[in-house]
Amino acid sequence: MSGLLAGKRILVTGIITDNSIAFSAAKLAQEEGAEVVITGFGRMSLVERIVKRLPKPVGQVIELDVTNPEHLASLESRVREQVDGLDGVLHAIAFGPQSALGGGFLTAPWEDVATALHVSTYSYKALAVACEPMMKPGGSIVGLTFDASTAWPVYDWMGVAKAGLESTSRYLARYLGAKGIRSNLVSAGPLRTMAAKSIPGFEAFEQSWVERAPLGWDLTDNEPTARTICALLSDWFPATTGEIVHVDGGFHAVGA
Amino acid sequence: MTKEEIVAGLAEILEEVAGVNPEDVTEDKSFTDDLDVDSLSMVEVVVAAEEKFGVKIPDDEVQNLKSVGDAATFVLNQQAA
Ligand SMILES: NC(=O)c1ccc[n+]([C@@H]2O[C@H](COP(=O)([O-])OP(=O)(O)OC[C@H]3O[C@@H](n4cnc5c(N)ncnc54)[C@H](O)[C@@H]3O)[C@@H](O)[C@H]2O)c1
Repeated sequence: MSGLLAGKRILVTGIITDNSIAFSAAKLAQEEGAEVVITGFGRMSLVERIVKRLPKPVGQVIELDVTNPEHLASLESRVREQVDGLDGVLHAIAFGPQSALGGGFLTAPWEDVATALHVSTYSYKALAVACEPMMKPGGSIVGLTFDASTAWPVYDWMGVAKAGLESTSRYLARYLGAKGIRSNLVSAGPLRTMAAKSIPGFEAFEQSWVERAPLGWDLTDNEPTARTICALLSDWFPATTGEIVHVDGGFHAVGA
Repeated sequence: MTKEEIVAGLAEILEEVAGVNPEDVTEDKSFTDDLDVDSLSMVEVVVAAEEKFGVKIPDDEVQNLKSVGDAATFVLNQQAA
């Protein structure tokens, strides 16, 4: 078996449709030689159907609600039924209740903001801690952010959750570094996934991205993001941790 | 495949995915208003229909498929194409 991820065992969370960033990453990881273990949330039957569209068969989809302590506690034993350890983990999970998005920044109640932070921020640490016992030096954990250095229209509390995620990744880098495990984020431009389409007004910044990004930007092409995820999961970023790699056509680097 | 066969196939999918009574599934029924299919269930119905009927239903098209009849017509045209 050859390829960038030959022989690597990678846990992939966050697949819900074949437009999911996680689906593109799992597909590419398989094509690059990885053995992929899939987790799903909520609509397990849908995830089961979608993973049949991957190039290679996968084991049973593992149910994982990242806010459920029992799911997290039993994750290791359930993953070990399929593989004897992990070399990489992809966190591709985010959720914000409607009130916390789409212009409701000033009115969103704490309970809804707390949900957004639990699922989108704290879960990155929770997943890392659940997987860390299965990982050895050289292991790589990758998450997905949406540039949290500025305040976007309509992104609201998800923006705050992503700022927290970016910080969480740096702290994980600090705490897991001694074990030789890396934590990095990919900061992707807007992509038309379920999560994105459920944000009212998300189209608002789609167009400016397409027009302003120095390299241009295709809202329907997950491949560049998947490639960068796979690169970070590989052995080719061996001394990089706590980093955020932008896959956004260069949008973050330019002014109006 | 005839349109009636496609409607019957959709009824099977709707029962499996969203617990809809197959007898309620007729061409004039709206997925969301009459059959109470939520948006994630609709995604799964589409995925299951793609598999069952061997067609591709693009995302942009899904919003136009309001009723069972709309979906059956779309599948029929795709199969003919
Ligand atoms: N689409 C974009 O424009 C974009 C841009 C930058 C970053 N991202 C990030 O990429 C990641 C993947 O999102 P996507 O765009 O592929 O959308 P998606 O809707 O395909 O994936 C989101 C996933 O989160 C999962 N999820 C939600 N709550 C969960 C829970 N409690 N436990 C476990 N899983 C849960 C869903 O099941 C789904 O699979 C997210 O972190 C998102 O914020 C997306």
